[in-house]
Amino acid sequence: MQVLIVDDSRAMRRILRNIVEPLGFRIAEAGHGVEGLQQLIEHPDTTLVLVDWNMPEMNGIDFVKHVRSDPKHEQLKLVMVTTETEPAKMARAMMAGVDEFVMKPFTSDILLEKLQLIGVPLPSVA
Amino acid sequence: MKGAVVTLGLEEFQFIRTFLQQESAIQLDDEKQYLVESRLQPLARREGFDTVGELVFKLRANKTGVLRQKVVEAMTTHETSFFRDIRPFEALKLSVLPKLIAARAATRELRIWCMACSTGQEPYSLALLLRENFPELQSWKVKILATDLSMQVLEKAKAGVFNQLEVNRGLPTPMLMKYFQRQGMNWQINDAIRQMIDFQPMNLIEQWPLMPPIDVVLLRNVLIYFDIETKKSILSRVRQRLRPDGYLFLGGAENTFNLDDGFERVELERSSVYRMRRLNETKD
Repeated sequence: MQVLIVDDSRAMRRILRNIVEPLGFRIAEAGHGVEGLQQLIEHPDTTLVLVDWNMPEMNGIDFVKHVRSDPKHEQLKLVMVTTETEPAKMARAMMAGVDEFVMKPFTSDILLEKLQLIGVPLPSVA
Repeated sequence: MKGAVVTLGLEEFQFIRTFLQQESAIQLDDEKQYLVESRLQPLARREGFDTVGELVFKLRANKTGVLRQKVVEAMTTHETSFFRDIRPFEALKLSVLPKLIAARAATRELRIWCMACSTGQEPYSLALLLRENFPELQSWKVKILATDLSMQVLEKAKAGVFNQLEVNRGLPTPMLMKYFQRQGMNWQINDAIRQMIDFQPMNLIEQWPLMPPIDVVLLRNVLIYFDIETKKSILSRVRQRLRPDGYLFLGGAENTFNLDDGFERVELERSSVYRMRRLNETKD
């Protein structure tokens, strides 16, 4: 399974990679929304995107709107991983087409539980 | 826990072990000394002791009293999340509840018991599942009984206030948006959901109160802490309180084999669920 991680923090991208890579997923990375859209073109088999909210060039919400405006990404799972926790903002993200929301700080368990919630097939963890 | 300073002597550990066995039937292996240390260390500090050893010394002199209760509470596991393990909740949603709703159409009553509910994530998950998927039950008499040994966790459960890490765990964001209000850094579940649950203190190894028959019992990740005799006694009492067509849910690592012949395992939505064996079936 191909996964895209979009975050302007290299440290955060590494944290996310370290959680999902051991599950056997292939990972692509992008530092902001525009790069993220390019990565989706390069990896058309991407099935899951973990995307930050606040980023330069194009923020997470605009990225999500772009992705959702393209019918070929209808099945793509979008998880927003962010420090934004205002209910109104979270509602905005959900309206824009985010499948799940992970509030920072988080643990690997939190992320995996969220992926399980939206039906991302995970290898069974003992 | 390598590298941790162990201040607890073997004899003190043995005392704690016997104490927990008597007070709560919790069994600790020989190598669980670190667990006692790590769980009791924060309590020792809160109570003004320099070491866990001093706390144990005080405990030995104090045959009744609140300190004993606090030690039991500190040793009880509270690891939990909303919709923990998901599959049992899928089984409830897709199979168990539709069947029970059909079977109880005349009485329009449903009783669910979360034993060892800890800080409330399990009964609240159930309440949310009912509200989201079975709105027709709002005109029924539905009772979710949620019990736990620890007064401290019950208070927290009743308040329905969860920090950000807690609401992040297993709770679908649409439900967070719909049923919780933000309070500073915390989130409180709304009154309508809280009122669906009756939180009560209860120690499973003591006498159980009389209660009407139950349709679903959730006893997940509880039996693992008990010795065989206690497991048998609990399962037998669950069976006495469960309706003949009721359901029992255990944790993923638990089962009734060699403990209680009265239950049989059925697979529902890739989850193991236990039902009462029919009386006319022969046992081997």
